[in-house]
Amino acid sequence: MSDTALPALPSPAPRRMGHGSFWIVTIIIGLLVALALRGLGSEYGYFAATFVLQYIVLATAWNILGGYAGYVNFGAAAFFAAGAYTTVAMGKALGLSLLPCIALAALVGGALGFGTGILTLRLRGAYFAIATLCLSVVLQTLVVNWDYVGGSRGAYVLRPREVPWPFDGYSGLLCTVMVAMAAASVAISRTIQKSRLGLGLTALRDDEAAAEAAGVPTLKLKLIATSISGAMMAAAGAPLPYLGSYVEPNTAFGMAYAVNAIAMPLIGGMGTWSGPLIGAVLLASLQQAATVTISSAANLMIVGVVLVGFVCLAPHGIVGLFRGRR
Amino acid sequence: MSEIVLRAEGVGKRFGGFTALSGVDLEVRAGERLGLIGPNGSGKSTFTNCLAGAFPSHDGAFTFKGQKLAGLKSHERARRGLARTFQLPRPFRGMTVIDNIRVPLAYAGRDAATDERAMECLESVELAAKANRMPKELTQVELRRLELARATALKPELLIADEAMAGLSHAEVDQILALLFRLNEAGTTIIMIEHVMRAVTEFSQRLAVLVAGKKVADGEPRAVLSMPEVEEAYLGR
Repeated sequence: MSDTALPALPSPAPRRMGHGSFWIVTIIIGLLVALALRGLGSEYGYFAATFVLQYIVLATAWNILGGYAGYVNFGAAAFFAAGAYTTVAMGKALGLSLLPCIALAALVGGALGFGTGILTLRLRGAYFAIATLCLSVVLQTLVVNWDYVGGSRGAYVLRPREVPWPFDGYSGLLCTVMVAMAAASVAISRTIQKSRLGLGLTALRDDEAAAEAAGVPTLKLKLIATSISGAMMAAAGAPLPYLGSYVEPNTAFGMAYAVNAIAMPLIGGMGTWSGPLIGAVLLASLQQAATVTISSAANLMIVGVVLVGFVCLAPHGIVGLFRGRR
Repeated sequence: MSEIVLRAEGVGKRFGGFTALSGVDLEVRAGERLGLIGPNGSGKSTFTNCLAGAFPSHDGAFTFKGQKLAGLKSHERARRGLARTFQLPRPFRGMTVIDNIRVPLAYAGRDAATDERAMECLESVELAAKANRMPKELTQVELRRLELARATALKPELLIADEAMAGLSHAEVDQILALLFRLNEAGTTIIMIEHVMRAVTEFSQRLAVLVAGKKVADGEPRAVLSMPEVEEAYLGR
């Protein structure tokens, strides 16, 4: 046996919270947010919070494929709308309520993500981005021509009159469900980032051939990422028909979802669990404020200006600014 | 005589109408140090890529530790103990040096995925002090060492060092050579693909020469280097 001493470990990195502790903290924060909104008790407060929260889920979901694995998905709206139309179709066919519709939407989104992955993940860069954009166009065309879910006219979804205790109305229930989904999506995203899966996704984002040579099954990991990301994006879209009691293809497949899903992680900091959360809270709040003070048409203009500013001045997003240049 | 760890039989590869490799046979024994040389464009890197599974060969077959490699992807070959380095260092630039080592430890499953093991890999290439640095803070020779550390984290039976010394100074070449000798002494079979002839002759127990995609020589280094066809390939007629 060699008597050579084992090399010393590197200077200790900052102690990081375990997965279990993070989930508990996220649940507590989620409960506090839900209680604060309940205390506020305003219909507009619920609506605005639901708007911001659905973007937290959407941006966080997009980041799992786009940020961790480096595959830019321009088809976020397709997954989001797939969730919304799953609610419409399942509500009409089986009379299901919101929660089972969210679960089914996640299944549909996951399957759509897996299928998209199988078809497109041998593409890279702009080619992959264009393929996902095409997915959105194809899916929208299908929905426009699908009369069962209202086709191009759209579909009305009536909110149930009765709401369970302790909610004071359906808006409160919807908002609380979105709080739970946002908290779960952030916790899932952070768990992935700090896990073996996150390490592998980061490796393939940096260099796919080198990752393969290091034993990383890149195709399998990309399929896992597209499935999880797709499931979460579709789940984010599932409550949409209940939000305005009406959904139509141009809204559900709207460019705002595709652009925001990319802009929010980019502004907050791509490839980190906290970046999409920060970006979504900032950008979605800003858009809500602009909607009530200037006009709803100003939304995408604001996103564009903020995005150009960040790309030029802080390409690593807000998280990158705080971490400093490594 | 030690067992044959790698056998290439009639390996061929075409890119469109261009034949990059044609009928290459090669045997490598366990613990051997083989130098694979040839002028630019002779097919050395194509051979490496076919062996490592980066792309499929059109003809022939590779047998590694008695098992055919056909149909296995790069990561499956890596998990079986076939490691490679790249001509240009390809670190995972978004993660620290030690995380670069954690990737093969976590995925290849050939060794304990612990911080201690990652540090041992870095220590073996004298990079332990830079474990928490980012790859962009490393010098060229340190990046080469990181490539070797990442490959050794796979605990490979066979390592293909693809031009691991390209662009390095005399002293830096000696450093990498010393590392490769240590790895070999620890039991790793090494195929060195190199243009630095001093390193090749010092390191290799046997030389194989590729010219225009065909193997033209295979044998004891000095004898091979004095063969007329090898001189002609390097110096011209």
